[in-house]
Amino acid sequence: MKPAVLALADGTVFKGTALGAPGETVGEVVFNTAMSGYQEILTDPSYRGQMVTMTYPHIGNYGITPEDVESSRPWLAGFIVKEACPYPSNWRSRLTLDEYLCQHGIVGIQGIDTRALTTHLRDHGSQQGVISHADLDPKRVVRKAREAPSILGRDLVKEVTCAKPYKWMESAGKWKVGAGGASPDGAHSRQMGAGGTNGRFKVVAYDFGIKYNILRRLVDEGFEVTVVPASTTADAAVALNPDGIFLSNGPGDPEGVPYAVEAVRTLLGKRPIFGICLGHQIIGLALGLQTYKLKFGHHGANHPVLDLETRKVEITSQNHNFAVRGGEVSGAGAKPAPWTTAHGRVQLTHVSLNDDAVEGLRCLDLPAYSVQYHPEASPGPHDASYLFHRFTDLMTKGKA
Amino acid sequence: MPKRHDIQTILLIGSGPIVIGQACEFDYSGTQACKALREEGYRIVLINSNPATIMTDPELADRTYIEPITLDVVEEVIKRERPDALLPTMGGQTALNIAVELAARGTLAKHGVHLIGASAESIQKAENRESFKQAMMRIGLKTPDSIVIRGRVETPNVVDKIGGFPVIVRPSFTLGGTGGNIAYNREEFEAYAEWGLSTSPVGEILVERSIIGWKEFELEVMRDTKDNVVIVCPIENFDPMGIHTGDSITVAPAQTLTDKEYQLMRDASLMIMREIGVDTGGSNIQFAVNPMDGELVVIEMNPRVSRSSALASKATGFPIAKIAAKLAVGYTLDEIPNDITRVTKASFEPSIDYVVVKIPRFAFEKFPQADPVLTTQMKSVGEVMSIGRTFKEALQKAVRSLEVDRYGFEPHPSLAEGDPDEVVAQIRERLRRPDPERLWHVADGLRMGISVDEIYALTKIDRWFLNQMKDILAVEDQLARAKHPLPTPLLREAKQLGFSDHRIGELLKVSEETIRRLRNDEGVTAVFKRVDTCAAEFQALTPYLYSTYESECESRPEARQKVMILGGGPNRIGQGIEFDYCCVHAALALRDMGYETIMVNCNPETVSTDYDTSDRLYFEPLTEEDVLAIVDTERRAGTLLGVVVQFGGQTPLKLALPLERDGVPILGTSPDAIDRAEDRERFKTLLEKLGLKQPASGAARSVAEAVAVAASITYPVMVRPSYVLGGRAMEIIYDEKSLNAYVGQAIKASVQHPVLIDKYLEDAIEIDVDAISDGRRVVIGGIMEHIEEAGVHSGDSACSLPPYSLSPAILDEIRRQAVALALELRVVGLMNVQFAVRDGIVYVLEVNPRASRTVPFVSKAIGVPLAKLAMQVMMGRTLEQIGFTAERTPKHLSVKEAVFPFTKFPNIDVLLGPEMKSTGEVMGIADDFGAAFLKSQHGAGSFLPMQGRVFISVKDKDKAATVPLARRFLELGFTIEATRGTAAYLAERGLMVDTVNKVKEGRPHCVDHIKNGEIQLVINTVGDKVSQADSASIRRTALVQNVPYQTTMAGARATLMAIEAGLKRKLTVKPLQEYYAVGTKYSEERA
Repeated sequence: MKPAVLALADGTVFKGTALGAPGETVGEVVFNTAMSGYQEILTDPSYRGQMVTMTYPHIGNYGITPEDVESSRPWLAGFIVKEACPYPSNWRSRLTLDEYLCQHGIVGIQGIDTRALTTHLRDHGSQQGVISHADLDPKRVVRKAREAPSILGRDLVKEVTCAKPYKWMESAGKWKVGAGGASPDGAHSRQMGAGGTNGRFKVVAYDFGIKYNILRRLVDEGFEVTVVPASTTADAAVALNPDGIFLSNGPGDPEGVPYAVEAVRTLLGKRPIFGICLGHQIIGLALGLQTYKLKFGHHGANHPVLDLETRKVEITSQNHNFAVRGGEVSGAGAKPAPWTTAHGRVQLTHVSLNDDAVEGLRCLDLPAYSVQYHPEASPGPHDASYLFHRFTDLMTKGKA
Repeated sequence: MPKRHDIQTILLIGSGPIVIGQACEFDYSGTQACKALREEGYRIVLINSNPATIMTDPELADRTYIEPITLDVVEEVIKRERPDALLPTMGGQTALNIAVELAARGTLAKHGVHLIGASAESIQKAENRESFKQAMMRIGLKTPDSIVIRGRVETPNVVDKIGGFPVIVRPSFTLGGTGGNIAYNREEFEAYAEWGLSTSPVGEILVERSIIGWKEFELEVMRDTKDNVVIVCPIENFDPMGIHTGDSITVAPAQTLTDKEYQLMRDASLMIMREIGVDTGGSNIQFAVNPMDGELVVIEMNPRVSRSSALASKATGFPIAKIAAKLAVGYTLDEIPNDITRVTKASFEPSIDYVVVKIPRFAFEKFPQADPVLTTQMKSVGEVMSIGRTFKEALQKAVRSLEVDRYGFEPHPSLAEGDPDEVVAQIRERLRRPDPERLWHVADGLRMGISVDEIYALTKIDRWFLNQMKDILAVEDQLARAKHPLPTPLLREAKQLGFSDHRIGELLKVSEETIRRLRNDEGVTAVFKRVDTCAAEFQALTPYLYSTYESECESRPEARQKVMILGGGPNRIGQGIEFDYCCVHAALALRDMGYETIMVNCNPETVSTDYDTSDRLYFEPLTEEDVLAIVDTERRAGTLLGVVVQFGGQTPLKLALPLERDGVPILGTSPDAIDRAEDRERFKTLLEKLGLKQPASGAARSVAEAVAVAASITYPVMVRPSYVLGGRAMEIIYDEKSLNAYVGQAIKASVQHPVLIDKYLEDAIEIDVDAISDGRRVVIGGIMEHIEEAGVHSGDSACSLPPYSLSPAILDEIRRQAVALALELRVVGLMNVQFAVRDGIVYVLEVNPRASRTVPFVSKAIGVPLAKLAMQVMMGRTLEQIGFTAERTPKHLSVKEAVFPFTKFPNIDVLLGPEMKSTGEVMGIADDFGAAFLKSQHGAGSFLPMQGRVFISVKDKDKAATVPLARRFLELGFTIEATRGTAAYLAERGLMVDTVNKVKEGRPHCVDHIKNGEIQLVINTVGDKVSQADSASIRRTALVQNVPYQTTMAGARATLMAIEAGLKRKLTVKPLQEYYAVGTKYSEERA
C-alpha cells in the first residue's frame, strides 16, 4: 500500500495510505457523519473546494452505482476514510470506491484515525488541508496547507454551475419518497403539480451546484423544470415565464456570489421562490440579512430541525458551512417575532435543535421561503419532503 | 408537551424468570423505566416474579410485588394499588400478553387503568399475524405470502397456496419464535404445524412462504405523541433469514445498504409506526431484502422494548427504555436531553463511528440430545456485544468475549488430519447446516480454499462479511509464517484487525505474555474511544469506552480513588443475571462510598452495562489482555484501589490470579483463599483441619481404580471427569456395571484425565448458606433448604428460606460450620456453602468464597442488600460499622423455584440431575411454606390443580413414601391412577387407586390419558437409565401439555403442601415494602 499524508493548516499531520487517484490535493477539510450515502456525498457539487472526512469507518461497502450520483461527477477536492472497501457487496454495485475515485482523478487517503481528525476539526474548526501521495514530508505539506486560499468570499459556484440552460425530465422513479408504499409524510393521494389553468407549473431552477435529487423531486411534484446557470439575470429568468423560481444548493460562501444575490433581490415578490442551502443563504442576503461561517459546519444525515410552526421535529440531511445570522433564537423557545426587512416581514420557521442555527425562513409579505437543510435528502431521511409540496401550494396561490 | 398530570400511579409489569428469548434485557429496560418515571415524581407499582433483578430492589419502586405474573395476581394488585396507568412495553412478551388479556377481560376499564406506551388495539394489530399482514397491505408494503391457520390443520393444500416447500411455521403470540420451524416436506409440515398450534397461546399459526437466504435487517424506532419519529439504529444480520434474530450474529449499523435502499426501509418503518398506532415509545421492525434485486418485505414488528432495543441502546448510547418511558407519560423527543452529550436532544438519530457485533451464546453442551442446527426458533441463552473501529476488530473481540475458549478463528482439529478433499467435503456439510460454530466453519472453509462465492452459496452469509473474514485469515496466515519477534508493522496490523495476544502467541508458538511484552516494548498498545451517539460531532461527557488500536486515546482517566468491577460476561446456564445483580450492587455501594466506579463487561442485556450504573463503563471482553489494558490506562491518573472479582461469577474469578500476578490488588477474599476452596486436595486438608465432614471421595485413572474406589466408598456414587466445570457430564451411579460403562466408554478415564468419584448421599437434604464476613465477624445472610434432594444441582432445586423441615440443632450446627469456614478462609465479602444433611449428620459439599447465585434471592427474602454490604466490607468497613451484626430470620417464607428451557428442545428429558439446566428463577413469598411454594409454581408457569386426577408412577425405593402422599390426595378429593407396580403397592395398603398401562404395556396408556387432559398432576420418579428412557414420554407429554409434574418425592411432598395451602384460602398479594422496612439502615452514613 502506498503511503500518503494529510496535513492541516494548523500543523496537524495524519499518516495513512493512498486512496483514489495518485497526486496531491488541497481543500478545506470537513467531516460528514452520515453512515450511508458516500456516493451522493462524493457527487454533491456543494463540496467543491472541500475535502470530506467520513466519520463512519467502512466506506465503499456497497460500491458505486450509476443511479446514485447527485451530479455528473465527484466535485470534492479530496476524500478521507478510515477503511475503503475493496470488495463491495450490493446487487446494484458496478465499481469499487477506489476505482471510481481513480476514474475521476480524486485524491484520497485512508487508514487514518478519522475519529481523531474529527474531534480535532470539531475543537479547532474546519481548516485548509492537503492530501499528498507524492510529498510525504510533513513540514512541506503543512506549509502547502497554510498557503492554500481560504474559502471565504470565493466564488466556487462558477466552477460547478451549468454552462447553458437545459430541461430536466427525470423523476425519482422507484426511489421516490415512500416508494415501498404510501408516502411517509402522509400526502397519500395528493394531486401532484397540477398547474391550474395552464397545466403544469413551470419552474426555473438556478444551478449553483444543483443536486440531481432536487431536480427529481421537482419533477415528482409535476413541475416542468428548466435549469439555468448561476449567472442568469433576473430579467433573463423572468423571460422564461416561470410560475416559480427555485434556488439550489451550492458550494462555498454566499458572499462569493453577489450576482446571484442581486438577481434574487430583483426576483423577490415577482415570482414565488423556494431556496435550499446556498439558495437559502442567497435569499437571506437578498433580504438584507447577514450570513456567517460556522466553526465546523453541519454535515450529516441525522440533524434534528424544529419546525417552529408545527413544533414538530424532522430529521434532516445537512451540508452547510455558512448560515444566516438569526439573532437571539432558541429552539426551545416560542416562535420568535418576525424580522423586518426592506422586503417586509421575515419569519424564522426552522431551527437546528443541535445549536439553534437558522434552518429555515419564510417571507410573510411576499411568496418566498427557504431552508438551510436538504429536503431532497439523498443522502438522508425524507422527513422534510413536504417542503416541495409547499412550493406547489405557493405557486397555486400565485396563480389564484 | 410536558408530562401528564392526570396520572399519579403507574403499574409496571416485568418479564418474569429468565427463559430463552426473554433474558435480562428486560431487567435493564424495567430498571430504566422505574428510574425514569420516579424521577418524574410518579408512584411506581411493580410486579415481577424474578428476584434476581435490579428492578425488584425495593428501593426502585414504591410498591414491589414479587408475585407470579398471572391475570389474577395482576388484577389483585390493581385492586390494592389503584394505578392510573399500566405501562406494558417494558416487560417483554410476558407483560404485553398480560396487558392484552387484562384489557380483553375488562379489568383495566373496570378499575380505570389506562394503557400507556401502547394501546391494546395497536398491540393486537402488531402481534396478530393476520391483522399485521392486512395493515401492511393497507400501506402498500409487502409481507411474505402466508396463510393463517387456527385450531387445526385442515386444508391439506395450504402449502401449495403459498408456493410450495419450504415453508416457515410461526405461532402467534409466542416469544423467541417458540414453536417456529422450517418445514421442507409434508411430514415435517404436519408435525411442526401441530407443535406450533400447541405452543401458541391463542392456537394460531402463520404458514409463510420461505425467504430463507434473504438478507435480514432490523430498525429500532421511537415515536412520540407529536408524531416525531426517529430511527435509533439499523442493524444488519450476519446470518440470513431462516435463523432467528436472537440466534443470529448481528452488526450495527447496517453495512451493505445504499442510502437509497436504507431510506426506503426508514420510510417503511415510519409508515408502520403510524399504521400500527404506536403513539409513544420504541418498537423493533424486521425486514428482509432479496439479495438479488433488493425486493423489500416486512417480517414483523414488536410494539415494545425488545432484546434488539437493549442491543441498539448499548450500541449507540441512546437509552431506548428510559426515553420510551418518558414518552409514555407525554414528553416529546425534543424535550428530553441526550445524556451523553448533554447539549443535544433525544430527537435525533445516532450516528456511530465504530462497528458493533453481537454474537449469541448457546448451551447445547447441556442438552446433548437437542439438535444444534439454528432455525427460526431461538435457542441461544445469552449474548455478547463488542465494539471496534472496524468490523474485523469488533468480530474478533466478540469471539473472545464469548468465553468458549476461543481467542480467534482456531481451526477445527480435523483440518490437520486426513485427506484434504474429505476435510473440504466435511466443511461444506457443516456450512450447509448452520450451528453455533458456523463462524469457525466459515474460517475453515476459507482456509481450505473454498471460494467466497461457494461459501455464500452454502450459507447465504453476505459476501461482504465473508470477505472481511478472508482479510482476517490472510493476516493470520502471515502471522503463522512469521517468527517471533514480530516486526512492529505486522504486529500493529494484527492488533488493528482485532487479533488477541493469545491467538498471535498461538500462531507464533510463544506465550500470550511474550506478545504482550513485545507490544509494550514496541508501543503497540490499546487506546480507548468513546461511544457518544454523534460520531464525535459533539463532546461526549459520559465515559462509555471501547478499545481499539489507533492514534488518539480518549479515556481521560480521572485523578480519583477508583475501583474496578469485572462483570459476568454472557449469560449462560449457571451464570446469569444473579451475578449482574451483584455487580450492579457493588457499583452502587462504591458510588455511595465516594469511590469512582469502573465497570467492565461485554453483555449488552445487562443493567451493569448501562452507562449510568457506574462512573465509567468499558464495554470490553473479560480476558486477561483486555482487562490489563484497562488497568494500565486507569492507572495513569488517580489510584486504582483494586479490582472486584467476586461478584461476576466464574468469569472474573478466573482472572484473579493473572491480575494479582500483574500487581493489581484484588479486593476482598484473597485469590489464594478462593483456590483453597476450589482445589480438591487443599479443600480436603482445610476440612480436616476444621474437623468437618465431607462425603467420602477418591480419584481414578483407570476402570480398575474406579471400581476399587467405588467399592471402598460404597454405592451410589457421583462421578465426573476432572477437567470439566459446572456439573457437566456428572452422573449418579448405582452399580459396578454402570460404573464400567461410564468410566470405560463415556469418559475414558486416563492418567491425564482422572475421574472423580464421590459418595452420593442418597435422600440427603441439601442446604445452601450465604454468609458475609469482614474477616473477624461472620453473619449468616440466609439458610436455604432445598426441596429436591442432594444430587440435583443446587441451581435447579427449589429452596425455602428459612428452612421448613430442619431442627434448630441442625441449623445451629450448619451455622457453626459456615462461620468456621469463613474465618478459616479469611473471607472478606460474601461466601456460599453447600451442605448435605443425612441422618442428623452435616456434610460440607462445596464452599465458594464469593457471591453466589442465591444472593439476590436471599437479599429480597430478608430485606438486606447483601452484595452492597459485602462491597462495603471489602473496602475495609466492619460489619459492626455497617450495622449488620446478626442473622435475620424473617417470619414470612420465601421459596425460589428454577425455570427450565425444556419446551424449546423437543425430545429431551426433563429429569433433574447434577448438571444444571435451568435458565432462570422465580420467587414466591407468603406466610407459610405451602402458599409460598404454590406461588413459586405459578410464577414458574406451573399451575397446580386444586382438584382432579393424579398420575403416580414411582421407583421401588420411593413406594413407601408415596403412601401418605397418596392418602392425603385422596382425602383432598383427588382421584389417583398409577402404573401397575405403584398401584398394587398402594392398593395393598388400602388406597383406592386405578391402574393404568405403562406405554410399553399397550393402549390406552398413561400418556394417552395425559394427552386427553384426564390427568391434572404427574408424579414420576425413576431410577436407572433404562427406566428413565422407558418413562421419558410421560414427562415429555406432561411438559408439552402443560400438566404440572414432579420428578422427585420431595418435590411431590411440597406440591401436596402447596395444594393444601391453595385449598385452605385464596392467595393474597403483598409488596416487599410491607414485609420489611426498606430504608437506608445499611447505607454509608453509619460508617
